[in-house]
Amino acid sequence: MAITAEKPASSTAVRPFTIETPDADLQDLRARILATRWPEKETVDDLSQGTPLATVQALAQYWATEYDWRRCEDLINSYPHFLTEIDGLDVHFLHIRSPHEDALPLLACHGWPGSIVEQLKIIEPLTNPTAHGGQASDAFHVVIPSMPGYGYSGKPSAKGWGPEHIASAWAVLMERLGYDRYVATGGDWGGQIVDLMGAQAPAGLAGIHTNFPGAVRDDVAAAVFSGSPPPAGLDAEETRLYEKLKAFWATDVFYALEMATHPQSLYGIADSPVGLAGWILDHDATSLALITRVFDGQSEGLSRDDVLDNITHYWLTNTGISSGRLYAENTQSFFGPKGVSVPVAVSIFPGELYQAPRSWAERAYPNLIHYNTLDKGGHFAAWEQPELFVNEVRVGLRSLR
Amino acid sequence: MSSISPSPSRRGFLSLSAATIAAATVGAVSSNRAAASSAGLDTAADPRIRRFHVNEPQRKLLELRRRVLATQWPEEETVPDQSQGVQLATMQALAHYWATKYDWRKCEARINSYPHFITEIDGLDIHFLHVRSKHEGALPLLVTHGWPGSIVEQLKIIEPLTNPTAHGGKASDAFHLVIPSMPGYGYSGKPTTTGWELNRIARAWAELMKRLGYTKYVAQGGDWGAIVTEVMAVQAPAGLLGIHTNLPGVVPPAIDAAIQAGNPLPPNLSAEEKRACDQLAFVYQHIAYARIMGDRPQTLTGLVDSPIALAAFMLDHDKASLNSISRTFAGQPGFGLSRDDVLDNVTHFWLTNTGVSSSRLFWENKTPFFAVKGIKLPVAVSVFPDEIYQAPRSWAEKAYVKLLRYNKLPVGGHFAAWEQPQLFSEELRASFRSLR
Repeated sequence: MAITAEKPASSTAVRPFTIETPDADLQDLRARILATRWPEKETVDDLSQGTPLATVQALAQYWATEYDWRRCEDLINSYPHFLTEIDGLDVHFLHIRSPHEDALPLLACHGWPGSIVEQLKIIEPLTNPTAHGGQASDAFHVVIPSMPGYGYSGKPSAKGWGPEHIASAWAVLMERLGYDRYVATGGDWGGQIVDLMGAQAPAGLAGIHTNFPGAVRDDVAAAVFSGSPPPAGLDAEETRLYEKLKAFWATDVFYALEMATHPQSLYGIADSPVGLAGWILDHDATSLALITRVFDGQSEGLSRDDVLDNITHYWLTNTGISSGRLYAENTQSFFGPKGVSVPVAVSIFPGELYQAPRSWAERAYPNLIHYNTLDKGGHFAAWEQPELFVNEVRVGLRSLR
Repeated sequence: MSSISPSPSRRGFLSLSAATIAAATVGAVSSNRAAASSAGLDTAADPRIRRFHVNEPQRKLLELRRRVLATQWPEEETVPDQSQGVQLATMQALAHYWATKYDWRKCEARINSYPHFITEIDGLDIHFLHVRSKHEGALPLLVTHGWPGSIVEQLKIIEPLTNPTAHGGKASDAFHLVIPSMPGYGYSGKPTTTGWELNRIARAWAELMKRLGYTKYVAQGGDWGAIVTEVMAVQAPAGLLGIHTNLPGVVPPAIDAAIQAGNPLPPNLSAEEKRACDQLAFVYQHIAYARIMGDRPQTLTGLVDSPIALAAFMLDHDKASLNSISRTFAGQPGFGLSRDDVLDNVTHFWLTNTGVSSSRLFWENKTPFFAVKGIKLPVAVSVFPDEIYQAPRSWAEKAYVKLLRYNKLPVGGHFAAWEQPQLFSEELRASFRSLR
């Protein structure tokens, strides 16, 4: 990946950044896709063996013949973006200031298999609300970092960049940008990281919004992980969630456990574009079903270009494995409360891995300022349903202005 | 394969000419029913059994080399050990050897030096080596490989088992050997529908032995092969006298469940049992690779598109074998596998494009890996010190009502037949002596 960034004047300098992918990289990608050696078709007619052959073949066909990375590259470059070194590592981030000077600064943190590409659709409505159904008082200055090992951020060469470290780095970033009062939002890893920011409660963090709340009761989580019966006293909704998490833990989480225990063995996501695509598509059953329908010609939530923008971004930055190492760094519960003390707004999307009941959210977040259940949207809420998501961020964090 | 010296006429990746490429236009494999008679075997008489010959087209070898050389590498792991998986330096050393020195034709010639066949069983082509001893009273033995194993795992034991008098044994130690490739593996067919789980494979193996005319035989396996063999013993088809396993399923179900759940273990475990529990707990913590294959085999597209992805996934089976193979590729002798051994197996998987199809066995499986299965037939157990767990004798005695033999070996790991063929062969001789 050829990139241009000005030489740092000092380690804390914020250097403008531009993506300039060499043509040779795009040609090599296309050649690899066209040279893909395929497995035979799965032996089932559904998604129960993972990403179906037909879906990956349709994706490869589109990727090699119609997809245009330059459009995505131009879109990213149309926003101001930068590198700055934090704790010895280059951190890449988009930084889009609202025309409304008193806008509230907002840090939006992506997850896996997400990236800054997940957040591109929310930039305009958040920074320029009056052009997108909002009022000037809804405006945000938006900061969208790439996590260590992701996208154009540096790849750690030693251990130590776990979620807590990232959370504290995000506070350093906001301080460096001159924001002394700000909020943060995230989903997936981003949800866990903003939770940890909320627990660390750096000066300036006024509150957080999450669409992936760490709110599963410890006794329920323990029962799920050990395959034990549900704790006594769960109501019907909680029992349903216990069953849902148990099913997830039984069959849907091993991609994460492999990345947590043996990330370096996943050479196929570095060497094979379709290997990477198959791996990224199969994040969760609902997303896979959605993306399968998209490549089958149906239109919803994500477009083919959306999906391939994100995968191509991973490919060109060769971050399949470096991003997976975050799982190996993690020592926290994925779903459990993190001890958040700051105000929290929670949005519950129906296609998310689990839907935290209000009672769990109240217990995990003593200062719960917003709890809302949406009628559509899944794991990649900002990317799938940007309008709904933006409205949630506006409404959820309004009381903190 | 480690004992084979480099051939002066090697047809490896390095010595390709336009002529050899042009000549290599035949299919990857050929099976010829008429040729079977030349084998001089009883099985040749059965029209359902076709002689088989491996002859990979040169273009496939060139394409493999091209892909290995074009690998897009990740950065180095962030630890100085194997705790994040197969280290970059190991994979790069493997890739270098694979692309510049490794010679698949040696392995192909070795496989072809044995009589091998295809026969359709239950709608699927089953490939198998069938090597009869010159000693007519030999005991027929079916040996089943596992994952990431194949018939390549078993090649070193063919001579000592079929021709014992040339390998430290007696004529009365001789076996007739049958070594099948499991469905979805090697030159066997790839199932296109669901249903080829272990019980069905076990029934197919009994049919295979029957079709070969064996009315009394024994069976052996490690890894998946052990579980298939144990399922055969539970089914107890007519003719099966007993089994040998080097990955015994002897863990009491309650203890197996407690280990998997992370629940407290019973207080009265012996030191040996406690150690086995600790080993199994480690296995369960590091078995995500198998669980992905079990839940999402089709998602592992990289295994068939990237030779290095396939190799790394296969190398990272268990801690001890990864450690040993890493030492081998670092130029330090491992405990049994050579670079050629490792690459024979990986290349066999690559050329047959079976990375995903072999994984589907995990998806099909409903049988617990390590738990007691209720076998009434005689069982012999060999416990190798670097196997993923050392089955205690106390558990083996409870799991197998007719425990023929229980022996602990001083060396050897998960791929026992491949790593320690002499010891392994001696184990089989001793184990089955009383069943002859």
